[in-house]
Amino acid sequence: MKKIKDLFHFFFQSTKGLILLGITSISVITAVWGMLSGPMVEWGVRDFVVNLLGMDLQSVERSGRIIMLYHVIAMIVTAIEVYMITSIVPMRRHQRANINNTITVGWITTTIFGLAFGYFGHNYFYHGLFLVGQSLIFFAGLLLAAALYPWRKHFLVEDKDYAHTKNGYDLERMAFFIMAVSMLISAGFGAVTGSFWSNGHETFLAEDLIRNPDKTALQKAVIGHLHIMLTLIAVAITLIVGRWMDFKGKMHKVAMPTMIFGTAVISGGVWSVVWTHMAHTFIYVGSVFVMFAALLLVIYSWGKLIKDRTAELGLENPTFGQKFVALFHDPIKFGPFWQMVFMNFTVSGVGIFMAVKLDEIFRVWPAREERITLTGHWHILSAIIATIILMYYIDIAGIKGKMRKWLGWTIIIGSDIAFAAATIFSMKRLFVSEYYQAPVVNWTMLAMDFGLGIILVLVGGILIWRLKDLFTSDGLWTKESASPELDLERTSVLTQEGRDAINKEMEI
Amino acid sequence: MRTMQSTLIISLVLAIGLFAEKPMKYVDTGVNPNTWALVPAGEFYFGQHQHVVDLNYDYEIMITDVTNRQYANYLNEALEEGTIYIKRDTIWGYHPGDPFDAYLHEFEIPAGDYPHVPLTNPGLRLDFEGGIFSPKTGYGNHPMVEVSWFGAKAYADFYGFRLPTEKEWEKAARGTGTNDYPWGNTVKRNQANFVSSHNLFKKMFGDVVKTTPVGFYNGKNYDGYQTIEGITPYGLYDMAGNVYQWTGDDHPKVHYRYMRGGSYQSYEYNLRVWPRNSAGPEHTSMSLGFRCARTPEQVEVAPDESSE
Repeated sequence: MKKIKDLFHFFFQSTKGLILLGITSISVITAVWGMLSGPMVEWGVRDFVVNLLGMDLQSVERSGRIIMLYHVIAMIVTAIEVYMITSIVPMRRHQRANINNTITVGWITTTIFGLAFGYFGHNYFYHGLFLVGQSLIFFAGLLLAAALYPWRKHFLVEDKDYAHTKNGYDLERMAFFIMAVSMLISAGFGAVTGSFWSNGHETFLAEDLIRNPDKTALQKAVIGHLHIMLTLIAVAITLIVGRWMDFKGKMHKVAMPTMIFGTAVISGGVWSVVWTHMAHTFIYVGSVFVMFAALLLVIYSWGKLIKDRTAELGLENPTFGQKFVALFHDPIKFGPFWQMVFMNFTVSGVGIFMAVKLDEIFRVWPAREERITLTGHWHILSAIIATIILMYYIDIAGIKGKMRKWLGWTIIIGSDIAFAAATIFSMKRLFVSEYYQAPVVNWTMLAMDFGLGIILVLVGGILIWRLKDLFTSDGLWTKESASPELDLERTSVLTQEGRDAINKEMEI
Repeated sequence: MRTMQSTLIISLVLAIGLFAEKPMKYVDTGVNPNTWALVPAGEFYFGQHQHVVDLNYDYEIMITDVTNRQYANYLNEALEEGTIYIKRDTIWGYHPGDPFDAYLHEFEIPAGDYPHVPLTNPGLRLDFEGGIFSPKTGYGNHPMVEVSWFGAKAYADFYGFRLPTEKEWEKAARGTGTNDYPWGNTVKRNQANFVSSHNLFKKMFGDVVKTTPVGFYNGKNYDGYQTIEGITPYGLYDMAGNVYQWTGDDHPKVHYRYMRGGSYQSYEYNLRVWPRNSAGPEHTSMSLGFRCARTPEQVEVAPDESSE
């Protein structure tokens, strides 16, 4: 009984356990639901899974099902990021507990009943609880925004190497706050549209409307919603891994205001999509600022990796070659920032290229080709975020030595092969005619399946290891229970004013 | 350097060898592509969300896509009459232009000559020898592909037909029911030509050729390959899979033309009756053809062209 209680405590009360729970859920969902599409259909795997699990897949409901699945996965990713944020941004203990508990109940409810509604039969009970789950997540978001409120003298920057205002307010905290508030408002764009469902609004996938000259305000709201939510999830993970690397100094001082401004502008730009064609101008401006902040983080992180490793080796004046080797020494810490760079070739670069060549490509190509490119870049960006979370998790789990290197390089190489192949596949019409495309299609599909497959196998391996660990009385999970929070430097510290406020609360 | 050149040349030769198509075997489906089906006036369920739409007139629509043989015959007649011409390895013809709304991203399509069929595209299944067009061996009853919207419309205009509107097309595919596919709510791999059915008929048609003869999925057994009848309530074939089909609408604010039905490259969800594809009207593809519609007064007895 004690063991069950301890396990429950680990999974639901410790940040490390909560993150593991989230990653496990996403992995299981990805593994099972990944068998419902693509080549799995041809191989008969889908029918087997559908029959085995008793799924009810009506063809006409495909769009709705996909929307439910996207929401379920997005909610879990959001929850994982929230767990990380509540651990790395200083806040009161009860705030952290309230936020984490609320969002955990929220995403579990959303996941169970969202998937039940989408894939196992419709009823008001399932759908109602799906909405309850999402509402709880939104409420957790409100609590998070309140906890992150940066203009309070309870937490101030003491180490002047971290970005701060003249009054000592923490600019990184402000960046998290702006991201959280933007996400709450952006969620509203989806929620408002959802409330009109079957009352003037019909289910649709954004990629099916790309060439409709006139879209309703509700359709535009949804298109904006899905873009900004993914963007803000990317902003959040950038800030999180920045803290992991103890981002500080001059570049931090430039990056944080830039990130704050970029996040606000890009969010405002996406919201304005509902009303104006000018929205894209704001989005482009905001993107430049956000990406510049990320670039500074990449430069800082790589510099730090080189500096730390050469210092570890006792090299006072390392040569270029030694620096180069030092950079690649720890793939788990090199990887997330490499993925951010690689993203420019598979997501941002493709987007810019397509925008420049708009009249030659998208105004002429079949919509299906355009759709492949668009859905491809969303999926690649999502998967890049997933690999960054995974690499950070491997560090959180304390995996070291050769295993750490194997896992790191496998994630980097496997995912990049898959992303590059997906990009080549989506842009194949630029360099191969339809008649000769079969080898390109076959090889890129194979590379995608190989790259993503190998990562899924790797994740499976990690999860089996963690599962086995749960059956040992003094396993990693007990250590993580004892030290539940993420081990890193915080930007701000509790001030005397903060202490007084807490004491006052305790008196009441 | 020489080694590198030799390697490149050998690789190229090997690649060409791999792509070289085997001679196509003619497969008789027993379906006459000159047959038309009557679609009576009345309401039907349009689109994914099944809005009730009333088409208050009867019309007829071809039960198959236009075949290579039919299109080759048309080209020979049209060349003789001078309604089309060949320039720079492409068939061209006149189009009177489209209304232009100058809307965001809309291209203007003014009156002028536009490409109908690029003759050098390897996916084209027509031969042009001695000034006469004919289908490549074995491809007579495969759907005509590599034809632009202008080329499809020109065919229809030449015979006094028209390209079906999207609504006409969808009603002909779905009938008056609410099915997702022309025959029901699921699709089997031997019921239509789509991405999941390739390995089933690969032995019959080879790797590169991906179209099937029109009306192939009619319940017939082809040397051991048993098909399931994939017809619409009005008796149309290939309204799901095989090749996308141009439709006739010139919707306001866009220069795009819309295609329906999915193709041999499509996943099954694109074979449902409502998904749309679109492209500029000059676009051609190995997986894109068309069929025609007409008003019932034009009914006439057509010769059976099901055999090559």
